[in-house]
Amino acid sequence: MSTRIDARNVDVYYGDFHAVEGVSLVMEPRTVTAFIGPSGCGKTTFLRTINRMHEVIPGAYATGEILINDQNIYATGVDPVDVRTMVGMVFQRPNPFPTMSIKDNVLAGYKLNGKKLSASQADDIVEKALRGANLWTEVKDRLGLPGSGLSGGQQQRLCIARAIAVEPDVLLMDEPCSALDPISTLAIEDLIHELKETFTIVIVTHNMQQATRVSDKTGFFNIQGVGLPGHLVEFDTTEKIFSNPRDEATERYVSGQFG
Amino acid sequence: MTQQQHLDQTLPEQPDPSRVLRTASLPQWLVWALAGAALLLALILTLAGLHVALAVVISYLVFLAAWTAISITRLGRRKGINNLWTAIVVGAFLLALLPLISVLFTVITKGVQGIMIPGFFGSDMVGVTGLQDQAAARGDAPIIGGIQHALVGTLMITLVATIISVPIGLLTSIYLVEYSSKGVFSRAITFLVDVMTGIPSIVAGLFAAAMMMGFYQATGQSIQKATMGLTAAIALSVLMIPVVVRTTEEMLRVVPNELREASYALGVRKWRTIMQVVIPTAISGIASGVTLAIARVAGETAPILVTAGVAVQTNWNPFQNWMMTLPVFIYRQLTHPTAPSQPGPSELRAWGAALVLILIVMALNGIARFIAWKFAPKKSGR
Repeated sequence: MSTRIDARNVDVYYGDFHAVEGVSLVMEPRTVTAFIGPSGCGKTTFLRTINRMHEVIPGAYATGEILINDQNIYATGVDPVDVRTMVGMVFQRPNPFPTMSIKDNVLAGYKLNGKKLSASQADDIVEKALRGANLWTEVKDRLGLPGSGLSGGQQQRLCIARAIAVEPDVLLMDEPCSALDPISTLAIEDLIHELKETFTIVIVTHNMQQATRVSDKTGFFNIQGVGLPGHLVEFDTTEKIFSNPRDEATERYVSGQFG
Repeated sequence: MTQQQHLDQTLPEQPDPSRVLRTASLPQWLVWALAGAALLLALILTLAGLHVALAVVISYLVFLAAWTAISITRLGRRKGINNLWTAIVVGAFLLALLPLISVLFTVITKGVQGIMIPGFFGSDMVGVTGLQDQAAARGDAPIIGGIQHALVGTLMITLVATIISVPIGLLTSIYLVEYSSKGVFSRAITFLVDVMTGIPSIVAGLFAAAMMMGFYQATGQSIQKATMGLTAAIALSVLMIPVVVRTTEEMLRVVPNELREASYALGVRKWRTIMQVVIPTAISGIASGVTLAIARVAGETAPILVTAGVAVQTNWNPFQNWMMTLPVFIYRQLTHPTAPSQPGPSELRAWGAALVLILIVMALNGIARFIAWKFAPKKSGR
């Protein structure tokens, strides 16, 4: 499966507030794209427009086009719910469903949608997703226990398993390691390398080393001042961004001189 | 304390008082001894002819003075005042506990005799006449009659009221939390719910009675038909709905938004997210809130009196004929004893019914806590 994401002139608004201005970029299939930049510059907001999650916030809307597999997800008649089955998401803080067991958490994408699965199908999906998230060996003996009993890093991998269980084409990750310790972070980064064989991955991170470790391409977002919209300053291969960026602001940011 | 003085201190037997951690303390038994002495003083004053309440107040003040004086002289001003306030707070707590204990004691001692009446739970008041109560009061015949009709009535009316108010309350709070855009409409609902919370229960009863009577009048039937269990249940719903809306709203609001987002991100539709993620997460709070609302209305008297009337026979059908409930039964037995010249047996029945009512309400509270514990999201599974 090759899924290309093509954003064309995307603007995002929260009511009257113009949050992100004029973002255009192409994310190639089976690559990891990282978004870096100071806080409040619209990285997360733009990430959420890729599966229309920004619409959960009242008053938020986006203009422009985002093409996934050459289909504009903002075309009239497109159901955001269908977009989200195609584009999975992992959040900043691990958020397994507290009422569900580990197994039910992995199956949440099916169960919550009322899909009937046979016992063997369910077991296959759970094992495949948990193996995919490098969590299978740790939890295979306690699949019936609550997911909230796992450690933070395990919970985050459980959330990744939950997202990949429904077999999306794209996986969005919103600072997936910011609440985790270095060991768990390493586990997730290894996982991202494996997942990119199957998925197109977009990751927002505040950790520039992480961006260099996991991503193929990097986009630097910046903001001119308070109340002004964030915009994409530079988008290029990760190597270029971190070694020889075109823009002066990018250079100062990646070398740690501001932000 | 200057540096020089500090250095001059060579003898360990005379440490600087501001640098000593361990300070003087009073023995543990002292406060109990003082309290015991105060109780003794109260007893002596009572025996000496003082009213018991006055004796207790005087000895409490004596206790406060003695305890504070000892504390201040032995421990210093700050700890002494701390002890004074502790004693005042504990005294206020005991004072607040007094009516509760008194009520429980009275109801239990008198109520136990009531529920010992043979057939108290299995029979109603049909055929119980003043003559029989008079004979029973003279000791010539056993006391008969029971609360079966009132138990059945309380059960049916509360059940119907719950069936009416839980869906309305639940859906209202789901609208308020999940769907409304915090606009004029939702603020109006919140305001009206607040107003409803303050409606006196008798007004709710009058409203339900007037509404049902109006309905029967408009359809050309006898307004007598409006006096039935359903009308009482509607009156109780008016009291219950705001409580259910308020508690459920609180419970839904504390469900973390992250869980909703996690569900949406899996491509789950909004109504399924609400039904299968939000409500299960909040169910323990919702269920215990509903149970407490039931306990709250189960003890209502006035709205039932004006809507379901008073009955002596058991009636299982809330859609026809008058119904009795426990609070109305108590009220009726006390104000209109079966034998006006010999109210003893009626009072006994009333106390018995009061005990049963308290037990029901306590059981509902217990159930609420059990539900809250049982359905609470599992915190650990390590």
